[in-house]
Amino acid sequence: MKKYTYTEKKDTRSGFGAGMAELGKTHPKVMALCADLVASLKLDAFIKDNPERFVQCGIAEANMIGVSAGLAISGFVPYATTFANFGSGRVYDQIRQSVAYSDTNVKIAVSHAGLTLGEDGATHQILEDLAMMRAMPGMTVINPCDYNQTKAATIALADHVGPAYLRFGRPVVPVFTAADQKFEIGKAWMVNEGKDVTIVATGHLVWEAIQAGELLEREGIDAEIINIHTIKPLDEEAILKSVAKTGCVVTAEEHQLNGGLGDAVCQLLSRYRPSPVEMIGVDNSFGESGTPAQLMEKYGLNAASIVEKVKKVINRK
Amino acid sequence: MIIKRKDEKMKSVNELNEIVSQVRRDIVRMVHACQSGHPGGSLGCADIVTTLYFREMNINEETGTDGFLKFSRSGEGEDMFFLSNGHISPLFYSVLARRGYFAVSELATFRKINSRLQGHPATHEHLPGIRVASGSLGQGLSVAAGAAKAKKIKGDDGTVFVLMGDGEQQEGQIWEAAQFAPHYKLDNLVAIVDWNKQQIDGPTDKVMNNRDIKAKYEAFGWATVDLADGNDIQQVVDAVTKAKALKGQGQPIVILMKSEMGFGVDFMMHTHKWHGTAPNDEQLAKALEQLPQTLGDY
Repeated sequence: MKKYTYTEKKDTRSGFGAGMAELGKTHPKVMALCADLVASLKLDAFIKDNPERFVQCGIAEANMIGVSAGLAISGFVPYATTFANFGSGRVYDQIRQSVAYSDTNVKIAVSHAGLTLGEDGATHQILEDLAMMRAMPGMTVINPCDYNQTKAATIALADHVGPAYLRFGRPVVPVFTAADQKFEIGKAWMVNEGKDVTIVATGHLVWEAIQAGELLEREGIDAEIINIHTIKPLDEEAILKSVAKTGCVVTAEEHQLNGGLGDAVCQLLSRYRPSPVEMIGVDNSFGESGTPAQLMEKYGLNAASIVEKVKKVINRK
Repeated sequence: MIIKRKDEKMKSVNELNEIVSQVRRDIVRMVHACQSGHPGGSLGCADIVTTLYFREMNINEETGTDGFLKFSRSGEGEDMFFLSNGHISPLFYSVLARRGYFAVSELATFRKINSRLQGHPATHEHLPGIRVASGSLGQGLSVAAGAAKAKKIKGDDGTVFVLMGDGEQQEGQIWEAAQFAPHYKLDNLVAIVDWNKQQIDGPTDKVMNNRDIKAKYEAFGWATVDLADGNDIQQVVDAVTKAKALKGQGQPIVILMKSEMGFGVDFMMHTHKWHGTAPNDEQLAKALEQLPQTLGDY
């Protein structure tokens, strides 16, 4: 098992803020819009350096999406930012008509996704957004795993022409990917090569998958771990190639089982390489209040759960 | 890039009246041909949209090698028009074709399979003249506000026009946009509300009374312009002129346009019933008798 270490923990939303700060210097067409959550989205540095390229929209997300479309039509590259709950389900139709169907170059960049939002509870813990955005024709959907990857994804999106949904989170998590990584949209990152099982993970679950890989190694199980930061378009080739070798898969995401990464992988495998799959995710339920760690444990979204599912799926081979 | 209007292309009221008669013919013929679409609002708004495109808006007059007007989606240096109540697409398509963005013969494909003239305006098929999809109501004012904001940032002195329905004013997003535009002093934005007091299920007062739309916009910080008869071209020209004179004074502008749904075809007027109903052969003939052919049918 390849060794991954970290020296600090940071929130992925700060990676977004750092990416925006850099884009403020390098991309004159990039704009930021926000619906009254500037501090939560870590936009202070971008706004300080580029006040003329920031548009505060107040608590009016539907309008923010429309304004973003208007700016994009006019040649700007707007990043519309809010919490994931308010940047997906609340504005689905605005994204659908004014962004995706109109093919406007709008980036929807959203924080506080999933259970790890924590204490605010289920009203804010969106666990359906990947499903909604995956279903939207033409939408690129990205869910990076740590600070560095989120920063790199934020920067990469500025040069990607087309609608995109960039999802990140609130809690501090280990920073284990390279600071100087090149982020390639739609290209899976091989975290660890192995032969017994393929673990396909996204977002905060990637670090959990690495922890699981180490635990499994002690039991003589050699896990291949793939980070799918781009849920759509899915790197089908990387997954199929891996499963050809390992013969079984565990998917892991901070999202409903319905419609997320696991579903995307199952759809792929059932068409091209039917194989046993076990899925980690939230099973048809809302979240609740608690600390991020407590919630991830209660809903089975951690390394221990991955280990359990790996053993199960290997037995099904 | 500054695009100047060629004054010789500026149409007189009489010329506009001739064009709009043809536009109305196009509308009823298009809707009849596919037996679907929305003639009522299209006919009611024909005068304002024709006036904007044939007289009041500065648009790029250059033509490409295909003989059609060059269309730039970004609208840089031009005035821009957004149609928020996208169901009146027959009107939009007729005006765009008659203005020279694409062949008038293409109007025959409206709502048919493999057409660029979708049921509601779309960019997906790359129809020249369309900048954003519309039809799901309430979104156009926000998009237009974004385009107006962009013009402010770029120092582009063009005007952004957006047309909405009065039933559409029931959508919450309209009022999000209505507070956004004055906050950012988008005094290059001219919204038009087609105040025809009808919507699908009946008179607006009965379906969901949205009361004094003018007072609402005033309270939100807009400058308002009354247009007592949106089916009188001279009054339409005067209202748009007045709205343009209010530009640059720190407030977005809204024209409250009283209009008659179905205007120009007697049996389509004074009722909501022709909101989304196509005429049959007999009704088409009766309608066309009332609408002189001026530019030639497609």
